Amino acid sequence: MHIMEGFLPSPWWQAWFAVSIPVIMYGIYKMNKLVNEKREILPLLAVAGAFVFVLSSLKLPSVTGSCSHPTGTGVAAIIFGPAISAVLGTIVLLYQALFLAHGGLTTLGANVFSMGIVGPVVAYLVYKAGMKANLNFYIVVFLATAFGDWATYVTTSVELALAYPAGGVLTVAGFMSSFGKFATVFAVTQVPLAIMEGAISALLFKYVVNVKSDILIEMKVIEAAVVKKLRGISA
Amino acid sequence: MSRKLELIVLAIVLIFAVQFVHMSSTTDAEYGGADGEAENVINEITGGTYEPIAEPFWEPPSGEIESLLFGLQAAIGAGIIGYFLGYYNAKKNYENELGYKGKNKPDSDRQSL
Repeated sequence: MHIMEGFLPSPWWQAWFAVSIPVIMYGIYKMNKLVNEKREILPLLAVAGAFVFVLSSLKLPSVTGSCSHPTGTGVAAIIFGPAISAVLGTIVLLYQALFLAHGGLTTLGANVFSMGIVGPVVAYLVYKAGMKANLNFYIVVFLATAFGDWATYVTTSVELALAYPAGGVLTVAGFMSSFGKFATVFAVTQVPLAIMEGAISALLFKYVVNVKSDILIEMKVIEAAVVKKLRGISA
Repeated sequence: MSRKLELIVLAIVLIFAVQFVHMSSTTDAEYGGADGEAENVINEITGGTYEPIAEPFWEPPSGEIESLLFGLQAAIGAGIIGYFLGYYNAKKNYENELGYKGKNKPDSDRQSL
């Protein structure tokens, strides 16, 4: 999902910065507010950020014969919401752009938009919908993080297809044709990885619920009744 | 403590691992990065005319250095996760233990910071 340095021409790279910067600013504001009000969430924030670090560094082989990596932003999105996830995603993308030549500074806006914004928003919405539908908590986490991961790669395909429509001029047909090609590279490769990310995220949530469920209840991530039930069955 | 979820996750990982071992030994798939493949698609669409507007100002000089930095990234993350989950776990255990020894037995769901 990293669009490489220099591979988004004007005006696209500026456009994605214009979209992403306000969200990051809002995320920083929200994060400051949260940390000031509840210092006790700091460790959990660190764990969520660290999870993005770990998962986005693991390039896994996929059934298509190429490698890609999960994003890990779904967990942060479920606990802290999409805006704060955008900040955590930006930190990781900056590290990779500066030290690994993965992604880049000009494409940072577009990469933050896909991994830090769209992915978390999708994960957050799926999570809220799933909990409302009273599905099993771990299944909801699985679905939310898997779809968040996958949405990130679909978004990257959209970003590239907008910048490189077939025929050189942005038309619906040209966009769709390019989107199909990029989606073949990204979205198809990502399906198994999204499934793995979902499974591992559910596992992380199991441990957090086991040792520190009160914070999740306080953050209104999960209801006390659900925790009781989870502990009763799987703890 | 039930390990059902662990088993399910392990099964999912194993399925993909077996698939990977099978496919990598029977086909000549390259397992290159999808990020790099996107570059080929861009070249194909533009007919190879696209010049990147910027270059990374620093690149890892070799694959070894690159995997070092990726490994470092994963290690930092894994260390933080392990530290805090272990911290909370021990805290919970000691609080329960001390709680039982003391007079006021805490609600078992209560966990202070």
